[in-house]
Amino acid sequence: MIQVVSLVGQASAAALPSILDVSGNLWLDVALKVVAIVALFLVAPLAIGYMEHKVMAHQQARFGPMDVGPHGTLQLVADGVKFMQKEGIVPRAADRWVFGMAPAVSLVAVLVVFLVIPFAPGLWAQDLDLGLFYVLAASSVGVLGVLMAGWASANKFSLIGGVRAAAQLIAYELPMVLAAAAVAVQAGTLSLAGIVEAQATSLIPGTSINVWYVFPQFIGFALFYVAALAELSRPPFDMPIADSELVFGFLTEYTGIRFGLFLLAEYAGMVAFSAILTVLYLGGWQILPGLAVPGCDGLFDCRWWGTLLAFGVTAGKIAALTFTMIWVRATYPRLREDQLQRLSWLALIPLSLLNIAVVAAAKVVL
Amino acid sequence: MLLEIRGDGDFATQDMTLSIGPQHPSTHGVLRLIVELDGERVVQATPVIGYMHRGFEKLAEHRDYRQIMALVNRHDWLSGFCNEVGVALAVEKMLEMEVPERAQWIRMLIFEWNRILNHLMFIGSFGLELGAITPMFYAFREREEIQYLLESATGGRLHFTFTQVGGLKNDLPKGFLAESERLVGVLRGRLRDYEDLLLGNEIFQARTKGIGTLAPDVACAYGVSGPILQATGVAEDVRVSEPYLKYDEVPVEIPTGATGDSYDRFWCLINRVRVALDIIEQIHDRVPSGPVNVRLPKIVKAPEGAVYVRTENPLGQCGYYLVSDGKKTPWRLKMRTPSFSNMSVLPTLLEGILVPDLIAILGSIFFVVGDIDR
Repeated sequence: MIQVVSLVGQASAAALPSILDVSGNLWLDVALKVVAIVALFLVAPLAIGYMEHKVMAHQQARFGPMDVGPHGTLQLVADGVKFMQKEGIVPRAADRWVFGMAPAVSLVAVLVVFLVIPFAPGLWAQDLDLGLFYVLAASSVGVLGVLMAGWASANKFSLIGGVRAAAQLIAYELPMVLAAAAVAVQAGTLSLAGIVEAQATSLIPGTSINVWYVFPQFIGFALFYVAALAELSRPPFDMPIADSELVFGFLTEYTGIRFGLFLLAEYAGMVAFSAILTVLYLGGWQILPGLAVPGCDGLFDCRWWGTLLAFGVTAGKIAALTFTMIWVRATYPRLREDQLQRLSWLALIPLSLLNIAVVAAAKVVL
Repeated sequence: MLLEIRGDGDFATQDMTLSIGPQHPSTHGVLRLIVELDGERVVQATPVIGYMHRGFEKLAEHRDYRQIMALVNRHDWLSGFCNEVGVALAVEKMLEMEVPERAQWIRMLIFEWNRILNHLMFIGSFGLELGAITPMFYAFREREEIQYLLESATGGRLHFTFTQVGGLKNDLPKGFLAESERLVGVLRGRLRDYEDLLLGNEIFQARTKGIGTLAPDVACAYGVSGPILQATGVAEDVRVSEPYLKYDEVPVEIPTGATGDSYDRFWCLINRVRVALDIIEQIHDRVPSGPVNVRLPKIVKAPEGAVYVRTENPLGQCGYYLVSDGKKTPWRLKMRTPSFSNMSVLPTLLEGILVPDLIAILGSIFFVVGDIDR
């Protein structure tokens, strides 16, 4: 383990052999990576959007998403066309510049998260030494877009929604960071690829017991999952949107493609947080605890089908986590904002502190 | 409008006036609430009604007794059949007319199905107001089946216009009772889904228990009735206290709550569906054969005088005060509708609570705006 960590820790980005690496041509390399990430960023949310349509249609006996095209496969296309042809309305009293920038801020915050997520050995745009730190910092910027939207809309419902989002961010950033910190303590690294690799090595030195961190840190996993739902404003924590209370909260004044971009950011956020959960707790691309992907040797050395297989495993785990997010949405009503705050400050934060203490103690003892 | 500044120095906050409705997803139509907010706390809430006043009572003075049926089943569009029956009962009482047994039992059967149709809408929409989307789809799935059943007999889905003075327009189609029996079984099973998804849900309980508590004496003082009154612990139901149709021949249970909060109101609503299913099962075995209407002259004229008839409509007590001067149209038809009285207690419930609770309370005061703005 030490060896792996030091390898990831010391190797500079340019020196990493990666599947996207194009024989040392830095600019071509960068360009290819950017294209790949943007493509992933645009395709993954569509897949999630389609999944949400279908899963909720089955769970809730809906007819609509089964109708458009064969088994409802064209619903998403129809939605896209609808978003694009609708009139983009800006309220007269709105702060036009901030109003227009808000969806972009939300989107970019998620986009940059995708840069560091390891989908398979070597399959990442950039492995940062401070990957975990970077991911948490970047993802929390998205709430700024929500705040901007709420403030600039010049609508009282939007304003309340924006302020709720800000309060939610402050309450949920803390348990999330603390839960992630416990993972970093156990893995001994902040690099996301390093964390995945650390889960492949034995938990107790001298034995061959392999575990994913979801087992020793189940509390941390649950905390991170709940906090991710809150960060994404997904039910039961969708108070900033709250269609029955605030009409549509910070989204009330957004129409057409601007609304579509917020939606895209939400789905991309679901992918991003599911990917982070996969990396931190579910062993990344490993098939089972202690069972590495065949065709892969170490962090960087994979045959092409090994990379593909590893990517499939990661994608499967992401899909499973996203499925549960949709399932939760179909099951639970919405909490009240003060109940959300109470849950965070009185339950999640003490639990996450306990989690860190236990993990640190175990680390010292072992 | 009073706008106040609360607190002082850096912590001073200014009240904000928020207009919820007339077009707002939680106002079920065109109710408007003018809310004074201090942050998210409601300082004062004033309902504004009358956006869709359609003058039913005045129109009734210009329609003959048959045409009134098509009018009254529209003010509360979720209990159309129940409204028809109320007016028919009033006219029949005035004419001192004996309605055939079979017609009375069938009226009761459809009355109860209409009650379930109505309650399902509120079971679904209350979940929706708390952010639970699934119950709405489930409720509409069930509503569709009931509407299909009732359509087979009446030809209508909401505005049945099935009742006539002196009985019913048609007899039931073949196989209606068997299909009705099957549907009772289906609904009994599906009621459990609602209980699991809503009543048993921790978040639902946290959002509704102790929220919008209504005291029984306050409820009585405002003339609140139906599930909202029963939730406060008052076992009042016209079907029991002043039976009409054949309600004195079947047992009618009155579910009552203990605290009168939003949770109890919803609990009462779900249990009223269960009671209605029990009643429907009783009716199936007891519908006699025979005619379903009496032959009437082309123009029905009620004799001079006045009657007052009460029915337990899905949302509460509905009263019909009918005054006739012997002509073919009523001289006056005054309706007492449940939504109006239930809505009047709202401002007292809304002071000092949070915006999300406002929605939870508004959703648990089950109302139809047409029933308020007749």
